[in-house]
Amino acid sequence: MSKEQTVYIGGIGVISAIGNNVAENLDALVSGRAGMQAMQRLQSVHKDTLPVAEVALSNEALAARAGLPDTVSRTALLSAVAAKEAIADAGIECSKWRTGFISANSVGGMDKTEDFFPGFLEDAGSGDLKMVVNHECGAVTEVVADALGIKDFVTTISTACSSSANSIFLGARMIRQGVLDVVVAGGTDALTRFTLNGFNTLMILDQEYCQPFDENRRGLNLGEGAGYVVLVSEEVAATLSKKPFCALSGWCNANDAYHQTASSPTGTGSLLAMKGALKKSGLSPAAISYINLHGTGTQNNDIAEGTAIATLFEGNYPPMSSTKSFTGHTLGASGAIEAVYAVLAIREGLVFPSLRLQTPMKDLPFSVTTVLEKRQIDHVLSNSFGFGGNCSSLVFSRAALNHL
Amino acid sequence: MENKQELVQRLKEQIIKQLKLEDKKPEDIGDHDPMFVEGLGLDSIDALELIVLLQQEYNIKLKSAEEGQDVFRSIDTMADYILEHEGK
Amino acid sequence: MYIQSAYAVSPQGSFNELLESSAQYRGDRLTCKEPDYSKYIDPKLIRRMSRIIKMGAAAAMECLQQANVSMPDVITTGTAYGCLADTDQFLTRMVEFKEELLSPTAFIQSTHNTVGAQIALMLKCHHYNNTYVHRGSSFEAALTDAIGLIGEGEAKTALVGGVDEIIEKSHAILSRFDLYKKDGDTANLIGDPGKGTMAGEGAAFFLLNSQREAGCLAKLEAFQNWYKPSVPVTTLVANFLKRHQVPAGSIDLLITGANGDARYNSLYEAVQQSVLSAVPAITYKQFCGEYPTSAAFALWMAAMIVSTGRVPGAAEPAAPKRVLVFNNYKQLYPSLYLLSAC
Repeated sequence: MSKEQTVYIGGIGVISAIGNNVAENLDALVSGRAGMQAMQRLQSVHKDTLPVAEVALSNEALAARAGLPDTVSRTALLSAVAAKEAIADAGIECSKWRTGFISANSVGGMDKTEDFFPGFLEDAGSGDLKMVVNHECGAVTEVVADALGIKDFVTTISTACSSSANSIFLGARMIRQGVLDVVVAGGTDALTRFTLNGFNTLMILDQEYCQPFDENRRGLNLGEGAGYVVLVSEEVAATLSKKPFCALSGWCNANDAYHQTASSPTGTGSLLAMKGALKKSGLSPAAISYINLHGTGTQNNDIAEGTAIATLFEGNYPPMSSTKSFTGHTLGASGAIEAVYAVLAIREGLVFPSLRLQTPMKDLPFSVTTVLEKRQIDHVLSNSFGFGGNCSSLVFSRAALNHL
Repeated sequence: MENKQELVQRLKEQIIKQLKLEDKKPEDIGDHDPMFVEGLGLDSIDALELIVLLQQEYNIKLKSAEEGQDVFRSIDTMADYILEHEGK
Repeated sequence: MYIQSAYAVSPQGSFNELLESSAQYRGDRLTCKEPDYSKYIDPKLIRRMSRIIKMGAAAAMECLQQANVSMPDVITTGTAYGCLADTDQFLTRMVEFKEELLSPTAFIQSTHNTVGAQIALMLKCHHYNNTYVHRGSSFEAALTDAIGLIGEGEAKTALVGGVDEIIEKSHAILSRFDLYKKDGDTANLIGDPGKGTMAGEGAAFFLLNSQREAGCLAKLEAFQNWYKPSVPVTTLVANFLKRHQVPAGSIDLLITGANGDARYNSLYEAVQQSVLSAVPAITYKQFCGEYPTSAAFALWMAAMIVSTGRVPGAAEPAAPKRVLVFNNYKQLYPSLYLLSAC
């Protein structure tokens, strides 16, 4: 088996505030329909001040779709819905192959733990233990892996907001290593009071709808959701009834090593990640047709990421946008949700817009795309950067199965 | 209204506690020393902690982290800000 | 694959202490003996660090110093629970203060990749950095990733660690699952006829090197782990040995993860009575307690054993040259590590 074999995207699945499946997400992206609004489901004192991008379905409705009890963490329910869609889209029978499930999340079953905690704080003997059995990040993954019947390789990655980009390239690497044939890779995160309040202490939550890459951006809106891609080896790709059209051609993880939360002004980590991913894919910056930005809408991220792009692309800027202007920042799920969007951009020949841009950033020599653009997309660069300086970039490329 | 000198002393103690500057004593911090980068060497997370301190101890709410940049230039500017805004 | 250096912050002060007179614990848990952190961590960084972050950072720094490597090509970390103290602090205050007046530090530090991130920050290391949080196979996943990167030619050296801590509240919750003996004693934990084990914690880091360098501790000949395997563990062990062409007789010492919970002893006994029947065996959890990333402690101990030729708890030095570690956390995550002297 060739070490440099092509790792194809066999299927995709997504659930977010803008839709419960791939078709609904695509429809919202095309029609410019954002998912943030006043908090509906999450119970928080910040209900009236902090808009969020919630998935429209209740836990009960998600559980019915996922085929899981509605008592498990919402994080697992979202994960199961999107992972099942991805597998169905690939039309693959996982049990026939050496299959892995690599999932990411940032706070595991915290949605249940934070409901358990008030009672527990009053009396250490009280509280339903069923609410904390899935507290660990890995427990959320296992609920879904077991529901999918995947056990050849199961793991969980947690590197804050870059988590699920890391899951995706790990899957590709394990296929190239010849260890696995199929990997369902991505990530999930449900909204929790823990993360909402955490980001609120950092004073980077926008009380209005976020405006990534705007000169007057005020911060991010949190979102929730899950996204998965089914990565397949060349051998598996050849057996699929729906021929793959896209491959994961490049990836890189690098560390900013500047500050626990803030990005360096030069965007060192972002630049290294993008450069490394391009090198892996064998592409020059000029070959990139679209950049799906990390683009959270915070002062710090957007100038650091923008500066790194300005350095790398040197005047030849491909169209770029932040789809977080639709979905909000879905943390551990964002890299994977945006990976699904990257695949859709190639399939549909679309550059998705950044919403609500009013004033382009003065310190950057480029601006994000604000209208839906139809054009041939061959290579998409997708950025995901997280706390702890964790920076990851992925490259998705149009790739026909012509050599098989 | 309290004496500014007393406020400055108390602020130093509160800052050492809130920011866990365990190797520092109040007398190590000059009233006009810059708090960020040089001087105390604080960073953006400390600025957020100081915002919490202002709210918790003095009931003063800053709107944004940027606003903190001016307020937290030194212990002296922070004390002035508190005297100006306390109880309003 | 070589383990160039290794260091563990654990309930045992050092490997020498483990040999001379291991620290004993009574009750339901073992607690780490923490080193003098000022040797390893800049005071400006340390003020925000909770115990697990300090333990992890110190273990990593000591490991790198011993290997005389200042910039590993890869940093991977495994932790099942993450930074519990910071998570607890933020969550408790959020509940008690009704989502108001929260301070950011605990939230920031509660992120699961904080240990790996702080190490990168201390080293100014821009290289690959990843964190695995998969219960009883968190450390194994971190190791798998690092070995993979070395195999791909992306790295020559990799810093790999496993870290987990006990805090009061997590211990109170886990105790309600009937996991621990109430009046345990490490002196006779293993073989105790009752149910339950003793909780443990620790931070162990390793510097892997694709090549054998001077001062190298051990050769990592083979490593494998499973998720809820459907075949019996005896078969897994037998297949592992066959795949790597290792006759059972060539193994000088087996280190098992038996933890004193009589309910699960039979799984380890099955292996000792069949595939590895003639191999002398010791256990390690009386030294570090039971926790999801305890195999990292066992790997450290095994590396020290093949490197020094000395075995904790053994009357005479048998100088094992080849050691197999077999852990099976909660009977769901079996893992095997085969090491030899180098």
